Amino acid sequence: MSGPSSMRTPLARVRNLGASHSGTSDFWRQRLTAVAMTLLIVPVVVVVIMLIGRNHAGAAQILGSIPIAIILLLFIIASTWHMKIGMQVVIEDYIHNEKLKIASVMANNFFCVAVAMASIYAILKLSSGV
Amino acid sequence: MVEFALPKNSKISGGKTWPKPAGATETREFRVYRWNPDDGKNPSVDTYYVDTHDCGPMVLDGLIWIKNHVDPTLTFRRSCREGVCGSCAMNIDGQNTLACTKSMHDVGAGGAVKVNPLPHQPVVKDLVPDLTNFYAQYASIEPWLKTTTPTPQKEWRQSHEDREKLDGLYECILCACCSTSCPSYWWNSERFLGPAALLQATRWVTDSRDEATGERLDNLEDPFRLYRCHTIMNCAKACPKGLNPSEAIAELKFKMVERQI
Repeated sequence: MSGPSSMRTPLARVRNLGASHSGTSDFWRQRLTAVAMTLLIVPVVVVVIMLIGRNHAGAAQILGSIPIAIILLLFIIASTWHMKIGMQVVIEDYIHNEKLKIASVMANNFFCVAVAMASIYAILKLSSGV
Repeated sequence: MVEFALPKNSKISGGKTWPKPAGATETREFRVYRWNPDDGKNPSVDTYYVDTHDCGPMVLDGLIWIKNHVDPTLTFRRSCREGVCGSCAMNIDGQNTLACTKSMHDVGAGGAVKVNPLPHQPVVKDLVPDLTNFYAQYASIEPWLKTTTPTPQKEWRQSHEDREKLDGLYECILCACCSTSCPSYWWNSERFLGPAALLQATRWVTDSRDEATGERLDNLEDPFRLYRCHTIMNCAKACPKGLNPSEAIAELKFKMVERQI
């Protein structure tokens, strides 16, 4: 952004590069994933309680159930997506250096995808009894 | 990066305590932010004592009394003194409000009345903030009726029901209490339009006579212009006219989703 010493008019500074015509998708997806997590949290907690104290074979047996595996997969997708959007909002709020902001948003995307993929892989692996 | 501390030249230091008015039987202490662009000094907080028997009940009455009787250099904006013009918006006892409609009795629990300029805006002098950016943001939402249909011979017609939809929106006096109370606006005032401009945007998006609704929404659809609002609701708490900009912004977001799904 131009500093106060800029000769641009205040209106030119406010209009700047124009509206990006985006943001609604993220806004909607954040609500969508929030509602999804609200619905999924009770069954997920029940599954986690069931898993407490079980060994690998016991966990594989529980996750071998198709509905349980799907519930966990849906929860992982909803929560990591929600996490990605939420963290990006925080980054955009507080980091004003453009380069640092882009790097942070990129790192946030990588991190969330990595967490999601690792979790999905683990669930699928246990679910398939390997 | 967001700044959590005041810049060095904005740190408040010292301040003068003015003598109590001679012969006054009852006084009220005022602690007022002072900054003069010409003396090169940091801001300070001056302490004044107002003779409450000699002035009106509002905080603005106290400030005018100080200016008339104690210190003519004290600078602030005021005009209508009845909550219509929005000139005397300032931070009183930690809350953005209009000095003309805020009673001295309702602030500070009988202690000092603390008066500061609206937060997070450049200061012109004392209690006068520079609202250039705020007004430019209002201009950017193009706050006038836009039509393509040829202008009718008489007025643009509107049903009573459609007119009622503007209630809670048209009453805004652009005092900037809401925008300058919003943390999102503090951190991103160059890109986030702020509650006041967005409330006015909602006013024009809602107006049944306007033919540019889609263009208006296009112009607002942006992660920063609109979606920096995180429904903190300081705006609704601060508004001296009792409006709810947060609700108006939610209406805009709803319309954005509505036209996509």
